[in-house]
Amino acid sequence: MFCLFIGGVAILAPWLAPQDPLAVDLTSRLVAPCMKFPLGSDQLGRCILSRVIWGLRLSLGGAVASSVLAVAAGAVLGIGAALAKGWIEIIFRAVIDMGLAMPGLILAIVFAGLAGGTMQGLILGLAAANWPWWARLIRGLALSAVQKEFVLAGRVAGLKPSRIVFAYILPQFKNPVFAGASLKTGRMILAFAGLSYLGLGPPPPAPELGRMLQEAGIYMVQAPWLAFAPGLSITLVVAALSFVGKTFQREVHDV
Amino acid sequence: MILVPNWLKRLAYTTFVLWGISLVIFILFALSPGDPAEIILSIQSQSPGREQIEALRHSLALDRHWTVQYLSWMGRICTGDFGTSWQTGRPVFQEVALCLGSTLELALTAFLMVVVLSGAGGIVSAVFRNRFADHMITVLTVVSSAMPPFWLGIILIWTVSLKLRLLPVSGQGSLAHVILPAFSLALGLGLLQGSMLRSALIRTMEADFIGFARTRGLGPMKIFFRHILPHALVPMISLWGICLGQLLGGAMIVESVFARPGLGRLTVQAVMARDIPMVQALVLLICLAFVAVNTLTDSIHRLLDPQMRQNL
Repeated sequence: MFCLFIGGVAILAPWLAPQDPLAVDLTSRLVAPCMKFPLGSDQLGRCILSRVIWGLRLSLGGAVASSVLAVAAGAVLGIGAALAKGWIEIIFRAVIDMGLAMPGLILAIVFAGLAGGTMQGLILGLAAANWPWWARLIRGLALSAVQKEFVLAGRVAGLKPSRIVFAYILPQFKNPVFAGASLKTGRMILAFAGLSYLGLGPPPPAPELGRMLQEAGIYMVQAPWLAFAPGLSITLVVAALSFVGKTFQREVHDV
Repeated sequence: MILVPNWLKRLAYTTFVLWGISLVIFILFALSPGDPAEIILSIQSQSPGREQIEALRHSLALDRHWTVQYLSWMGRICTGDFGTSWQTGRPVFQEVALCLGSTLELALTAFLMVVVLSGAGGIVSAVFRNRFADHMITVLTVVSSAMPPFWLGIILIWTVSLKLRLLPVSGQGSLAHVILPAFSLALGLGLLQGSMLRSALIRTMEADFIGFARTRGLGPMKIFFRHILPHALVPMISLWGICLGQLLGGAMIVESVFARPGLGRLTVQAVMARDIPMVQALVLLICLAFVAVNTLTDSIHRLLDPQMRQNL
């Protein structure tokens, strides 16, 4: 439920936000929460509530985009490693192990930094950091999926390998992949905020939650409310996603 | 056929993986936009001339084929020479060694906290399963593991340092400086691992050999500490090993909240300035440490759990 609500907020951000998240109003800088600014205003007089709503849209969009990229890359390599034989299998496995041997966050920092602090760079960096995890998961799933009797039956019936992959193997992944996706997307949102906190995210004045927290840290003494809303909204989204992930996981184990 | 011992196979495979990583890192930077010679000169002076760039390209061997560049880079690294930083002109190794201490101090303190937190949280919630304490810990786990660690850091600075004036706001030097950053790093991970320990403990409690110990008339304390806890701790060792790597990464972000001069700041600065020798060395060293820790925890796990020794 709460996830649907957050998703709705993210999609409807342009209509929900009471004010323009980029509108600078130097006469009302660092205003405490009041009627005009429900969550206060920042050092340039921008409305925090509007910025948080837009920030959710950015974070969710970024996290979902990099999750999709990571799952796609992981699926190609994972299924490849599970189906290939001999030398090719060893190479696939070695590529996955190399990916797993690199701590993800550092890889993401390097990617995002080389791209020079842009949204695309950050998305690519997070995807690069996460595909090995997916490749390992999907390889395990594919190995057990290949041995199912109906897959064998398909082989015996002489179907093309591509058809076996798409019609017989991929559908088996639905639940575990959704469970992993909701857990991992939560972690992605945290990493997204963390990297923008370091200044590797979309450049200012974009209303990004991590960067907002970084600015809040500077004005902590005068305006402690600045740090409240961005951090809390990240926490709520990630917690909600982990609940969804647990529900999917339970379904996986029941079946 | 000659039987190759398992550890040799693992060593060969690990070396192969590390070599692959070095190749990937090298190619990544070879493909990254921007001419290194131009970058170096524009850091040092305002506007470099055409001949200057060409001369530097030649002296850095950038005009050679990339395989030659890679081989000479690898050769230098194998002799322990990581090159000099383009930003400062000092040896990369020296710069890294300066910052390493700070990050290691933070990551290791956080690691200790994770072990303590997960141990305490897991034991309490397994012993008082489905009672008040267990539910409280579950709620706390969900909330704290969903929090960005740097936000927790900001909150802690505001409450503990600014309002209560108990610990210093930022900087480093004493034990008091490391408590807050380490705690904000460790809380979520520690409790999350605690919930893993909880399920491992509960599974062990329901195992047959525990029922047998009970029928032998052993006291509950003795059963718990002699039979249940050691059994449930074995799988935790691998988890803690993985977590050390995550802590290193997390430390890079939390460091900047507390203004600690560590590897995180070094990496971000180097990446932003395209100080490629520095970034290459950092990534390679961190991967090396990560692989070493994982191999170590794997061997400890293998040593403690006879079931693991059977298959590679």
